[in-house]
Amino acid sequence: MRVGVVTFPGTLDDRDAARAVEYAGAEPVSLWHGSDDLKHVDAVILPGGFSYGDYLRCGAISAKAPIMRSIIIAAEHGFPVLGICNGFQVLAEAHLLPGALTRNADMHFLCTDQQLRIENNQTAWTNGFTSGQEIVIPMKNAEGNFNCDDATLDLLESEGRIIARYVGVNPNGSRAAIAGISNKRGNVVGLMPHPEHAIDLLTGPSKDGLTFFTSLLHSMVN
Amino acid sequence: MALDTVAHAAATPDFVLPYEQLGLKEDEFEKIKVILGRRPTGSELAMYSVMWSEHCSYKSSKIHLKQFGEKAPKSEALLVGIGENAGVVDIGQGYAVTFKAESHNHPSFIEPYQGAATGIGGIVRDILTMGARPIAVMDPLRFGAADAPDTRRVLTGVVAGISGYGNCLGLPNIGGEIVFDESYAGNPLVNALCVGVMRHEDIKLAQAHGAGNLVVLFGAKTGGDGIGGASILASETFNTSKATKRPAVQVGDPFAEKVLIECSLEIFAEDLVVGIQDLGAAGISCATSELASAGTGGMSVQLEKVPLRDPSLSPEEILMSESQERMCAIIEPAKLARFMRICKKWDVTATVIGEVTSGDRLHITFNGDLIVDVPPRTVAHDGPVLNRPMARPAYLDTLKPVVLEDIQGPEAIKSAILKLMSAPNIADKSWVTKQFDKYVQGNSILTQPEDSGMVRIDEQTHLGVAISTDANGRWSYLDPYNGVKLALLESCRNIATSGAKPLAITNCLNFGSPEDPGVMWTFAETVRGLADICLEMGLPVTGGNVSFYNQTGKVAILPTPVIGVLGVIQDVRTRTSMAFHESGLELFQLGNTDDNFSGSEWAHLHGQIGDRAPTPDIDHETRLVKLLLAAQEFLAAAHDISNGGFAATISEMVLKSDIGAAIELPIDLIPGGLTAALFSETPGRVLIAVKSSEIHSVQSLATSHGIACHKIGMTGGDQLTINGAAISLTELRTAFTETFPKLFG
Repeated sequence: MRVGVVTFPGTLDDRDAARAVEYAGAEPVSLWHGSDDLKHVDAVILPGGFSYGDYLRCGAISAKAPIMRSIIIAAEHGFPVLGICNGFQVLAEAHLLPGALTRNADMHFLCTDQQLRIENNQTAWTNGFTSGQEIVIPMKNAEGNFNCDDATLDLLESEGRIIARYVGVNPNGSRAAIAGISNKRGNVVGLMPHPEHAIDLLTGPSKDGLTFFTSLLHSMVN
Repeated sequence: MALDTVAHAAATPDFVLPYEQLGLKEDEFEKIKVILGRRPTGSELAMYSVMWSEHCSYKSSKIHLKQFGEKAPKSEALLVGIGENAGVVDIGQGYAVTFKAESHNHPSFIEPYQGAATGIGGIVRDILTMGARPIAVMDPLRFGAADAPDTRRVLTGVVAGISGYGNCLGLPNIGGEIVFDESYAGNPLVNALCVGVMRHEDIKLAQAHGAGNLVVLFGAKTGGDGIGGASILASETFNTSKATKRPAVQVGDPFAEKVLIECSLEIFAEDLVVGIQDLGAAGISCATSELASAGTGGMSVQLEKVPLRDPSLSPEEILMSESQERMCAIIEPAKLARFMRICKKWDVTATVIGEVTSGDRLHITFNGDLIVDVPPRTVAHDGPVLNRPMARPAYLDTLKPVVLEDIQGPEAIKSAILKLMSAPNIADKSWVTKQFDKYVQGNSILTQPEDSGMVRIDEQTHLGVAISTDANGRWSYLDPYNGVKLALLESCRNIATSGAKPLAITNCLNFGSPEDPGVMWTFAETVRGLADICLEMGLPVTGGNVSFYNQTGKVAILPTPVIGVLGVIQDVRTRTSMAFHESGLELFQLGNTDDNFSGSEWAHLHGQIGDRAPTPDIDHETRLVKLLLAAQEFLAAAHDISNGGFAATISEMVLKSDIGAAIELPIDLIPGGLTAALFSETPGRVLIAVKSSEIHSVQSLATSHGIACHKIGMTGGDQLTINGAAISLTELRTAFTETFPKLFG
């Protein structure tokens, strides 16, 4: 199974995402922002970083990249897409996911080992977790504060599209302590914390993050 | 007025140039005239003035720094030594590691955010220029008193700058220091260290070889930032109609730097450059003169080809601009197309601005007019060498021993420990370090607050490197010769405590004004001490940086030689953390404690500095390092005992582990009793945690290495008890973690 990892100018965690894909047992395929060629991959990860230096708004310029045109079309047909951190911001700017990621409530970049609760284990990227499972993975961002209007929040809640919430003190002021959401179909997931940095105990605080990537394999096999 | 060309300069020998305003002394100006056989043009004067500045020419320090060459230990590890952008060390398996620290002190006081940001940017380009992929950064920082109002401005700005720039580059921040002392008010120290890795065969040098090869400027366009002194020349003397003074502090664009890193690495991978140099201090002046000087021929540059952000810049300003995120490469014409293709892929502006010539002069023209005609070596290397007067400072004769009350009884122990752990120099720094990305690249093995930062180099073989930076300004104040030795020994101990073997060092020497004979003496003593200990320890100096003039009026900063030690670890999976993961582990102190409180944090908290630094015991420290490496497999956890003494070390360990400990210090055996046992900063000590099944192995190794090994307690419970005093982890954590958010949050 081939999983594409997109590199935009300023992407940082692309090699880390590729490593996580390999750990999970799939083949990572490097995709370039300036091409619309998905190279016949079975799923795509938009990794973290500061694409285009976060200029204009985080993810706003990348959302217009040629590769995103192909990803948007594929996603609408059920193609699995995971946006991590900046990738989540790109998905929001591309309107594949609702809401916006705004400046953290305390205005600081925050790098921490974050506890999360998996709220929806039915998506392509979370089916390996048990419902309500609590995990710890790194979080690192300055614009992770999820915001949306009341109607959108009601919709996300009622359709079970909040896939993970922060446990304990809300680290960045996100509405309803939202750490990640999915689209209605569950194939597109945006997650602010970084599962690719929790794939072994040598370099991460846990191995909990690996399950996001093995979930994908599981959903593709079935 | 019209352009000051070489012809014009020759024709107008009496034209008055503002050399003093550019920081040149009269004799230096006369020397330039002798070199050129005429007065310099404005552009030439700009180049000489900035290249002959203290910052670029090391004119006050050079005479002392040559000891690093004279006393250099024989080392097979050193692949590239002092003089290049950064030294390169062989770590085995075909890998070479380059690391270097630089200061960005003065800009960070004026404009903390941009000063700190561009400090990171500059050191990262130095590492990149060697052909290496940058893999981690560290920041040794010093500020004035923690509760002084200006410290809040400077610290929060500096931290935001490191965070804003460093995080955006995708480099994990794996360690550093934050120290407060009144002497740094008005003179904060913002040092930045970067480490990079490459294969041996990929090392690049700053040389312009081969007549006909092209000089290519790539990266950001040139703007008016960071021009500093040169703006005097341009705006006041040569073009009085120009009203604005340009910002002296450079403005960074981390996105441009990130793209430049990836673009450069792709260019290196295809072997497309003959030589390469980044543009830092002195901008194009420095890059062209250094590249030409290190090469075999001359160079001609057409300055009007430099892409500008601000079209109104004068030639002098273009030469001097310290706009960030720029590199200069020497390319064979046949490889230019491939070079340009990679730059286009990354949207990096690249422009041919000149070529290497067969002559021996650096010629710079502006729209066809010759404005610079100099022997490049005279600009880059033949700057003045000063033998400044030195005098042992008078304060050394008025030092007083530390006088402290003895601590007795459980309540006194508890309140003393809580006081220490909440002191800004000891308190939890995570309010700061949480603003830095420590995870990116996925190879961080140990990060702050561990004894050293450790990164994996090879995922298959598990080879890794560890870096620690240390300085004790108070010890250097009391005894500069031994102070720097103690800093180096502490750094080596930190490396070995984490399980790595010390391999090479770098340094960043921060001092007051070299024009003060007392400061100059402490500097000279420091360099002598550092060169001596490197020879004694067999550790090569790979490079360094000197920052003078960290002084307000007559008050200099504490002499602060920051030492960075690089260590290598064959298998990062065997590293030792400061955290233990279970109850029932036995705790041992390696090394003995004495009652010298001079320079300690406990004395500082009582308003005293004392009278004598500890005497470095190189033999003991060498055996301790060997013991730590030999016993590595038996250590469940280990933590160096330094700032704050034993009390700080055990507190940091239990809090990091979230498991308590019961301690009984053998105070009858310790000179100075309980107070010394808790707070003395006697060097050469490490606290270790060992499984009961491994105790015998550790003890016999300690005996064979001649290191005292004192059993002092056991891990477990939810409190820290020390000789009858009990502190709950909750209470200890509150004291430890409250300070920074209260001061800076």
